[in-house]
Amino acid sequence: MRPIESFEVPAPPRVNYINAQYGLKSWLLTKDHKRIALLYLGSITFFFFIGGLYALMIRLELLTPQGDLLQSTTYNKVFTQHGIIMIFFFLIPSIPATLGNFLIPMMIGAKDLAFPRINLLSWYIYLLGGVITIYALLAGGVDTGWTFYTPFSTTFSNSYVVATGLGIFINGFSSILTGLNFIVTIHTMRAPGMTWFRMPLFLWSHYATSLIMILGTPVVAITILLLAFERVARVGIFDPALGGDPVLFQHLFWFYSHPAVYIMVLPSMGVISELIANFSRKNIFGYSFVAFSSLAIAVFGFLVWGHHLFVTSQSVYAGMIFSFLSFAVAIPSAIKVFNWTATLYRSSISYDTPMLYALGFIGLFTVGGMTGLFLASLATDVHLSDTYFVVAHFHYIMVGGALMGYLGGLHYWWPKIAGRMYPEGWGRFSALIIFVGFNLTFLPQFIAGYLGMPRRYHAYPPEFQVFNVLSTAGASILGFGMLIPAIYFVWSMRYGKHAESNPWHLPGLEWRTQSPPPTENFEVTPIVTWEAYEFAPREETEVVGKFRPELERI
Amino acid sequence: MAIEATTQPVHGHRSLQHHFENMEQQREAGTLGMWIFLVTEIMFFGGMFLAYALYRSLYPAAFASASNHLDITLGAVNTGVLILSSFTMAMAVYFTQVGKQRPQVLCLVLTLFLGLAFLGIKAVEYHDKYEDHLIPGRLIPGNPFNPAVQEEGQPIDHHKLHLLPGATLEKVEMFYWIYFAMTGMHALHMVIGAGLLTFLIIFSLKGRFDPEYHSPVEVVGLYWHFVDIVWIFLFPLLYLLGRHFEHG
Repeated sequence: MRPIESFEVPAPPRVNYINAQYGLKSWLLTKDHKRIALLYLGSITFFFFIGGLYALMIRLELLTPQGDLLQSTTYNKVFTQHGIIMIFFFLIPSIPATLGNFLIPMMIGAKDLAFPRINLLSWYIYLLGGVITIYALLAGGVDTGWTFYTPFSTTFSNSYVVATGLGIFINGFSSILTGLNFIVTIHTMRAPGMTWFRMPLFLWSHYATSLIMILGTPVVAITILLLAFERVARVGIFDPALGGDPVLFQHLFWFYSHPAVYIMVLPSMGVISELIANFSRKNIFGYSFVAFSSLAIAVFGFLVWGHHLFVTSQSVYAGMIFSFLSFAVAIPSAIKVFNWTATLYRSSISYDTPMLYALGFIGLFTVGGMTGLFLASLATDVHLSDTYFVVAHFHYIMVGGALMGYLGGLHYWWPKIAGRMYPEGWGRFSALIIFVGFNLTFLPQFIAGYLGMPRRYHAYPPEFQVFNVLSTAGASILGFGMLIPAIYFVWSMRYGKHAESNPWHLPGLEWRTQSPPPTENFEVTPIVTWEAYEFAPREETEVVGKFRPELERI
Repeated sequence: MAIEATTQPVHGHRSLQHHFENMEQQREAGTLGMWIFLVTEIMFFGGMFLAYALYRSLYPAAFASASNHLDITLGAVNTGVLILSSFTMAMAVYFTQVGKQRPQVLCLVLTLFLGLAFLGIKAVEYHDKYEDHLIPGRLIPGNPFNPAVQEEGQPIDHHKLHLLPGATLEKVEMFYWIYFAMTGMHALHMVIGAGLLTFLIIFSLKGRFDPEYHSPVEVVGLYWHFVDIVWIFLFPLLYLLGRHFEHG
């Protein structure tokens, strides 16, 4: 271990990517990956709050057993649109398009992504898809569930299926282009000395995510295209009345949409690896296992889609294989959880806000993953399929997993992104509120679902009311908790304390440039001579006298 | 024959974008990007190939009947046209790499011409299918999928559909829907390719490419070959497989 080079804190008034140029045009036509990341950050936050409003309506309706707030058709549209907005327009772009976009070039010591224009294009494609989807929502909405199952979506649904489908189809290309850009960047743009095994694990997980994006998204694109044509032209690839097979739709849809879950959670795992190693000031335990488990999840993730079809006409033998493979995904996931835990062991943990989210993630992801095994088992799935157990399970992965990682990462890199600190006290407070609110929302749903409460109904038998009241109360706390960061992030952009180059005192490349970084990230292309997460031992730093994080933190 | 050495130093090449270290890195990134894009294209077409495979195995007789009605001569000619265009494209890449501008422009123009010829022949085929009322779906008013069926013992009329035992019109319509979806998507890619070629021709007339900077030609070349290869799969699957049903 060699000591970490000295950190020269730059004088505050310097040209950075935010003040390099002014004016709306300089943002809308920017090719800087950091500015594009901010454009994405703004847009996905907008969609997150729309999706959140739908969630609020769902929880209010389910407060009472009768369908008194919304009619059944309205309720169908509300949960469909909650799913579509949250999945396609928030969760899938969330970490990759914001944190990934911002950090991937910085972490490998590059000036930008390989294709800056394509990067900007992907944001415009995202916006176009978003505008079309919002048009569909305003024009009358869509009621098929986010899964668009045929033949309901092609033949019977009386809502804006084609417009919504078009929005998702277009949005898919934004995701494909992002993934393509990341893969090429990681392959070709690494700074001298930045070998594959010196890369932060954030990059490995984004590499795996990008693989899923480029392999999976085109399949759902063609599927939705065929579905739209089928609805418009009345042809019948998926319509049993015309000789088609609706189960083919489910196969094609889940071939993307199951791996899409890993598009959501893998980047989050990358963030958590960073947080765990850096906030326990210790090299990650089993670096290569954590790195390759990301790739393993990406590969296995493509082989398990059939577990969504256990209660369709899928062959029971196919079901057995899909069940087995679904269990196999638990192995790389568990490798990660065990390695994170082992990293924490005998380390020097600081409980800053990002670390609170990281610790929350480990617990919630474990619950989400373990309950997934119930659903991957053929026999129990028959009982649990289409109940609130499924809803609770995937919210533990998507909210407890993906969202926790997103929020943790946003806090962690906020000093670099904005050049300002967020208020630490409020940060810890809201992390706690979000954790409590989340569990109160979704734990009762496991029980309600196990007892047989079906999903996607606006009314339910009165014996389930206690769980739904708890859940709605939890959702209110969760929503309140979400508002706090939204407010203080905006507040801190103007009033927050100025951030140093390296407020957490870490060795990563992104911390070796000023905050916020200059447009080309580094004054000179860095030469990497250290491993990822290489923390200098205490004695050595004191002898050299350059970098003493322990002393500075006291 | 002598390859002209570029007089410009590597770092100062006018086509080097600011975020790359050198031309080699820029070229590598461009080529890898296109290969990855082609992977997404394989997955995109893959969905339709899966649908084809499924329904062909479910309804072999209907697929054979419908397949026999496709114009095998036009299909074969088109296959030849595309293979030739792949050759001229490859030559265009070669001439760009060695820095010969005039044959490079010529090869690009030839490729564009062959691509447009393919689209023209495809349009003729589509028109034939329209005449024979073989357009699936209900999009065309007053012209539903309602082909006249060839009856036993009548003199062969090639505009009538010859239904094999076990085939129904509904399943024939399924074949034509898959046929139009796949060849239509392929034709759309050809149109995009023709657009890209037009840009290449303009840039190469301006002398933008040289041995140091040839990756746009190379990358469009990769795309063009990919679109050709899709057709190489489509032709036997749609036109040829299933012909043996009729002849024993």
